Amino acid sequence: MGILLNIIYLIATVTFIVGLKMLGHPETAKKGNLIAAAGMGLAIVGTIFVHEQQVSPIIYILIGAAILIGSIIGWLIAIKVEMTKMPELVSLFNGFGGASAALIGLVEYGKNVNNATQSTTIVSGIIIGAITFSGSLIAWGKLNGTLKSVVRIPYYNIINNLVIIAIVIFAAFMVASGVDSQLLLYVLLATGLIYGILFVLPIGGADMPVVISLLNSLTGIAAAITGILYNNMVMLVGGILVGSAGIILTVAMCKAMNRTLGSVIFGAFGGATATEGENKALGSIKSTNPSDAAIMMNYANNVVIVPGYGLAVAQAQHVIHELEQMLTKKGVNVKYAIHPVAGRMPGHMNVLLAESNVEYNMLVEMEDINPQFSNTDIVLVVGANDVVNPAAHNNPASPIYGMPILDVENAKHIIVNKRGMNAGYAGIENELFYNSKTSMLFGDAKAALTDLVAELKNM
Amino acid sequence: MNELLEFIENNLQITYILILAIFVGIEVIKSIPAVLHTPLMSGANALSGVVIVGAILVMLHADPTDYIALSLGFVAVVLGVLNVVGGFAVTDRMLQMFKRKK
Repeated sequence: MGILLNIIYLIATVTFIVGLKMLGHPETAKKGNLIAAAGMGLAIVGTIFVHEQQVSPIIYILIGAAILIGSIIGWLIAIKVEMTKMPELVSLFNGFGGASAALIGLVEYGKNVNNATQSTTIVSGIIIGAITFSGSLIAWGKLNGTLKSVVRIPYYNIINNLVIIAIVIFAAFMVASGVDSQLLLYVLLATGLIYGILFVLPIGGADMPVVISLLNSLTGIAAAITGILYNNMVMLVGGILVGSAGIILTVAMCKAMNRTLGSVIFGAFGGATATEGENKALGSIKSTNPSDAAIMMNYANNVVIVPGYGLAVAQAQHVIHELEQMLTKKGVNVKYAIHPVAGRMPGHMNVLLAESNVEYNMLVEMEDINPQFSNTDIVLVVGANDVVNPAAHNNPASPIYGMPILDVENAKHIIVNKRGMNAGYAGIENELFYNSKTSMLFGDAKAALTDLVAELKNM
Repeated sequence: MNELLEFIENNLQITYILILAIFVGIEVIKSIPAVLHTPLMSGANALSGVVIVGAILVMLHADPTDYIALSLGFVAVVLGVLNVVGGFAVTDRMLQMFKRKK
């Protein structure tokens, strides 16, 4: 029996590696996901049934019920949620995984107090699981708008560091003393939860994708730690895979924003406080209407569309595809410029535009499109803000200074669709809107684009 | 420090697997097109739900009268399954969209 379970785990581990690898290529990604899912199913079924222990039927019933409940809820959330809500959903699911790891630690601690190695892994599992759980929930709340503002406690850096040092010392004391106290264990859990909140709360909204990726990686590490505890290879390798892949993704995202991981975690970003009072005479803004905008686009040769989070919020991915098809029919050369961190997650815009069947080769990445803006007649910015903010080039005081952006200001004319004059997600003013070449097309993205399409139809 | 050396000494195989798995993770993820970052993150998130195996072990090892262990284990299994099923289903939905065109 033992060898059978180990072979099952071995197969599952291989499916994880192969699945993750296949997820990295557009043609094989879907199959890769299914392969990894099948391996996970195999590991779960094997764990439940392939062992020699005497287990009372009531426990089997409880396990079955728990799996049924989790599957139904998970499935329903996954198929019901709108595509635009994807990033926060990943964060939420990630938090559940972390919570699961923490709960396992709570149960196992009492049985392992006399073994320093085991209790070290358990205590670390509880802390990391708790941090990912509360941190992911905060990230989820921030992304779906429940938690609006950037909360910054004075000296939060110092406080946060003191808290984590205190947690480590406390945990070390628990391991060293081998004290079997449920009270202390729950205090440890609580401090982990508090740190998760303190850790994510001061981080600006624009950095949230990086945080989710980091928390995702931490959940993997928590799973791996639990794997060490049970000497269970599928958990160990699966967890480490997620851990290291998550770190690589996190670093890739930071690079796309020209920031270091340290500055995301410790630096001030999206701090409205830092930029307030700077909104001095930026000039006047010029607004336009759908009819004028349609005329301009109708007579343009090259149009580049820059989609942003506003497009996702307004669910305007289908109507923008319609606009693009209509312009193409009229002989206009249309492309989409995709900033790596447009939206709330890298690749967010790609997913969204793929949903409305936009041709893959019409999406152009930042490095390739930037030299083309000087030959572009019209740039249509739909619900994007920080990724086209020239302050990243010319204002060293700006929190986004140094971030690579789409150089839309090089185009002959820029039309910006926005709901109002609110600052972007990073909470900073955008001088692009005051540029003499810029016209503002105010309104909800879906409504404004629908009007544009209607106007174009009549031409 | 001594504990660390002792751990490595006693768990040499695990230490090797740990280090090798880190490199496998890095290699497997390297040079992924930005298009796939979101689905990849979502897929990796589903994989981290492997912690469910531990949650099931907690329940299997629990004494049927140990209600605290059973209820904590129960919640851990529910949350772990949520992570796994929700994670894979969402990833599949995202990738479905990539497939339709062509």
